[in-house]
Amino acid sequence: MEDIAILGVGMHPWGKWGRNFVEYGTVAARKALDDAQLEWSEIGFISGAITVRCGYPGYVAGSTMARALGFNGTQVASSYAACASGATALSVARGQILSGACDVALVVGADTTPDGFLAPNDGIRTDDTDWLRFHMVGATNPVYFGLHARRRMEMYGATQEDFALVKVKNSKHAVFNENARFNKEYALEDISASPVVSDPLRLLEICTTSDGGAAVVVSSLDYAKSLGVDNPVRISAIALNTPTYPDPLIDLPYLATDSSANTVPNEIGFKESIGEHVYEEAGIGPEDVDVAEVYDLASSMELDWYEQLGFCQLGEAESLLRDGSTSIGGRIPVNPSGGLGAFGEAVPAQAIAQVCELNWQLAQQAGKRQVKDARIGITANQGLFGHGSSVLLRR
Amino acid sequence: MTKDTKIEVPAVEGFFTIEEETHLIGGRFKKSGSFCFPKSLGGSDPDFPEDEIEEVLLSRVGKIWSYTNSAYPPPPPFIAAEPYVPIVIAAVELEEEKMVIIGQVVNGYSVEDLSVGMPVEVKVGTLYEDSEYRYLTWMWKPLFEEQKQDKN
Repeated sequence: MEDIAILGVGMHPWGKWGRNFVEYGTVAARKALDDAQLEWSEIGFISGAITVRCGYPGYVAGSTMARALGFNGTQVASSYAACASGATALSVARGQILSGACDVALVVGADTTPDGFLAPNDGIRTDDTDWLRFHMVGATNPVYFGLHARRRMEMYGATQEDFALVKVKNSKHAVFNENARFNKEYALEDISASPVVSDPLRLLEICTTSDGGAAVVVSSLDYAKSLGVDNPVRISAIALNTPTYPDPLIDLPYLATDSSANTVPNEIGFKESIGEHVYEEAGIGPEDVDVAEVYDLASSMELDWYEQLGFCQLGEAESLLRDGSTSIGGRIPVNPSGGLGAFGEAVPAQAIAQVCELNWQLAQQAGKRQVKDARIGITANQGLFGHGSSVLLRR
Repeated sequence: MTKDTKIEVPAVEGFFTIEEETHLIGGRFKKSGSFCFPKSLGGSDPDFPEDEIEEVLLSRVGKIWSYTNSAYPPPPPFIAAEPYVPIVIAAVELEEEKMVIIGQVVNGYSVEDLSVGMPVEVKVGTLYEDSEYRYLTWMWKPLFEEQKQDKN
């Protein structure tokens, strides 16, 4: 598939602002348009990533953002795929561009989140596994993170200190990110002094919920050239995988895995398949990647991604972390933005925010958190109920 | 379980049997031979289109695949006891069904008491109660070696 160009990116800083999500989305969209040096009137298509928390599902995100920018009859779509919503919205925009339906599109996502655990909407729904896992078991999101973290300790000898060191690393990166909610550098002692939320994971290792917004302006390569942009950061591949039956790994929001009683699980697991898809589509391999933004809902999950994206073999993630390979300055820096640990979840914005960060990295505009000579970057993300997502960028 | 006049009912019908030798109620796909839990909410094998599901009782005993807890009370629709005692949760692998099922661990155990690979059996336990009813859910109970030998 042909590449598309990134013409501009923008974010509303993450925080706990308590204002209407439309405001964050509008700020991010205007910044992305300014960065692209384009007017809203020049956008042929707006692709919104939906939040379910802010009233009528994100006021059907695309149209509400279009209205805030000023209704002008532009084409619009809205996407919901939980945490993968942003990548889905980007993929919809890419489809419009590559089909020739439009030249340039604006992708935007924003959220205002409540305090505390993310939880299902009100009501009794005994046929909804997301409702059932809370009601019948008390299985919050961190419970699933804790199960996988403990399993990692059992399988590969990971320690609580390894998990804490992920947070230490990412907090060092976030110090230089004005869009991150938490810019504080944490030491190991800070993390071990924070309370356990779901054993073996502590409060500072589990991502919080935040308000925030992110936007990207994307176009065809020809359109970019017509603007005089000859060497843009390009999007070379997008993955939106479902798992493959039977998926043997327990994952939220399910009460049980698929059964492997009569079918052997695929050799490549669900999360591995997300990276595989973009590598294949872009015609590259994990050894070509210079920088990654991964979905670290918990610090332990970042270690899993090192292996799932092919940066190292199974069981080697802890050494990759400890030898500095995944820090800025190392072989394959991961989460130079500070990751979700420093941002918190603003669900429809976060997959777009990952693309913003990698755009800055590849355009050499990341300031003090710049990964030297970064040319290829990968994002990894996952939405509830089996929505994988990954975006591969290069320059 | 303490005996009083409260009536014991499942918090949601159709997930487990209420008896001494309690079982989880799952589904078995007739053509593929694969299992699912709960019986009506499992994914299906794409190689066996329009496979029918029959209700089956799942194995009572499995091994801990992993475990954790919730140090803070989960939000609704969980109904947390007051004062809240951290719940312990295990993901348990059933050998015959080759699947992992999550559930609370019966009261009185902490994460320190558990280990990966530990045999457990399914029981019913109280999820919450009101003046009239005790609402039950499935829970995993560790089976220690001596008990295992007794059963053999």
